[in-house]
Amino acid sequence: MATREVISTGNELAATAAVDAGCKFFGGYPLTPSSEIMHVISDLLPKIGGTSIQMEDEIAGICCVIGAAMAGDRALSATSGPGVSLKAENLGLAQMTEVPLVLINVMRGGPSTGLPTRVSQGDVLQAKNPSHGDYKSITLCAGSLAECYTETVRAFNLADRFMQPVIVLLDETIGHMHGKAIIPTSEEVKAGIVPRKSFDGPADEYFPYECEADEPAVLNPMFKGYRYHFTGLHHDKHGFPTEEIETCRKLIQRLEDKVAMHEDELESYEEFMMDDADIMIVAYGSVSLAAKETIRNLRAEGIKAGLFRPITLWPSPATKMKEYADKIKDVLVVELNIGQYHSEVQRATARLDIDGLFKVNGRAISPNEIAAKVKELY
Amino acid sequence: MAFNYDKYLRLEKMPTLWCWGCGDGVILKAFVRAIEKIDVNQDDVCIVSGIGCSGRFSSYVDFNTVHTTHGRTIAYATGIKLARPDKLVVCVAGDGDSLAIGGNHTIHGCRRNIDLTFIVINNFIYGLTNSQTSPTTPKGMWTVSQKAGNIDPTFNTCNLAIAAGASFVARETMTEPKKLEKVLIKAMKHKGFSMMEVLSNCHINFGRKNKMVSAMENLEWIDSITVSKKKYDTMTEEEQLNLLPTGILKEDTKADEYCDMYAEIQKVHQGQRAKITQDDFAKKI
Repeated sequence: MATREVISTGNELAATAAVDAGCKFFGGYPLTPSSEIMHVISDLLPKIGGTSIQMEDEIAGICCVIGAAMAGDRALSATSGPGVSLKAENLGLAQMTEVPLVLINVMRGGPSTGLPTRVSQGDVLQAKNPSHGDYKSITLCAGSLAECYTETVRAFNLADRFMQPVIVLLDETIGHMHGKAIIPTSEEVKAGIVPRKSFDGPADEYFPYECEADEPAVLNPMFKGYRYHFTGLHHDKHGFPTEEIETCRKLIQRLEDKVAMHEDELESYEEFMMDDADIMIVAYGSVSLAAKETIRNLRAEGIKAGLFRPITLWPSPATKMKEYADKIKDVLVVELNIGQYHSEVQRATARLDIDGLFKVNGRAISPNEIAAKVKELY
Repeated sequence: MAFNYDKYLRLEKMPTLWCWGCGDGVILKAFVRAIEKIDVNQDDVCIVSGIGCSGRFSSYVDFNTVHTTHGRTIAYATGIKLARPDKLVVCVAGDGDSLAIGGNHTIHGCRRNIDLTFIVINNFIYGLTNSQTSPTTPKGMWTVSQKAGNIDPTFNTCNLAIAAGASFVARETMTEPKKLEKVLIKAMKHKGFSMMEVLSNCHINFGRKNKMVSAMENLEWIDSITVSKKKYDTMTEEEQLNLLPTGILKEDTKADEYCDMYAEIQKVHQGQRAKITQDDFAKKI
């Protein structure tokens, strides 16, 4: 793979990645610590004939993105937890109408206004179910500067594959981190773009929501001669509102199954020194950087720890986590919240003795803290 | 030759879910007739509606159609229009949708003067959900959420739009569909944000509880509170007090349109012009 070396920040890399991945539209509202994404992309998009607009509020930010995506553009919004709370209802509309988009959440301390300029991973469960109702979220989490770029690119391709919003979680530390990153060239990214499917037969034979039970809708861009209907109501194969019992059941089941039946296409994780590990640390995002340092230090002392780092948080890499948890007794989940992913690790591994190191004061977890916890427990 | 409505309607979706005698059907008819006169390809039109009775407008007409969340028509339409500035994008929403839950988007759509036509069907009530108070429910009227009588002051939709910067603002009533059709044509042809308020009836959930049991009584009440702008302008302030002027209330063809202005932003970034400064605008603050 052709790569390039850049010196940048996580937020800037995410914005650059979006444009390289073919994003033509950005809509959003300034929200610390995500605002730099808007600052960067508002320069990049008009240069290539795209559009970046600062809307009147977070809700309008996501609505105009959905509108642009309905028109056929790859589209992005970026915010932090409070913004996701406000966008939630319309994320639900995008799930229901199966409109692809990418939303980057640079996590800060919460709930409410919380700690606007400080790090947190408190939005992990919010990313799983931002809106009411049943659907299956796709959430990716960058654990390095380079991944701010590569995961944003992957998010756009997954959004078009699964026809739904894809959330990319950064955290304040990763978003504002400044340093060297080795990322794919933009040519490489452009060559890897898989655009959403479209129907090119006669218009009277086009039914956007008529698809296999585990496949997404095929939504042609607007204004191309295929006139159909988007609605947040339960809808039939043509997109029109219906309350017909079986149609309603099939629609919602399909929103679940189009993701659940294809988790292999989504699964992504990193194993760090796991080959001979006696202790498995589970961490993601910026915390995984501290965990790696911890593991190097512990191994120098003869303690064989390893890191399992989920990159796709939702759906979680449950099978792989269980595989490890079945043979490793000591499992420690480290995260900047009070156990949001810990509960998922418990579920995935079917074990209630999973340990946790949690921190919610807006400060990063240091390698020493993790090492101390490991020594205390095991 | 008789007008061919079938071309623009999704006949398989008929009958509509609107009540017998509802003004929404009359407005739909006027809209379809207006679209025919502005000579635009159906594929190049997008209708965006909100939630409520008027929200169903989009599902009955054969264009690219979007039924959005409550209050967000303008926000969705802004994305569609900016992504495809050469297309005709028309929004339809009720008084609750556009002035209560979506009030912020209405104000900012007007402020940007983006080239959208916003048909606000004002029936003075939340009709679909059993007659709760809306921002245009007159004071003293009965609503299911204010059974003792509404005390909330009302918004004047058109004055709000004018103050917020919409470049075309008009008010008509569904009792005069021919006039409505003519003004709708102008609204859709206008480049910039067009606020098209249409006063309509809801005799079922508004009239019935406010001494206007039939559609006709509700319509007569609408006629009694409206007067042409021409006549309105000759009246004293005291005479104007409980009246709403109809007709085109503002038409500014020179105001900067948002998509055009964004094209200038693109030119700046593409090195085709210098940065935009205050000197580029006639009005400075």
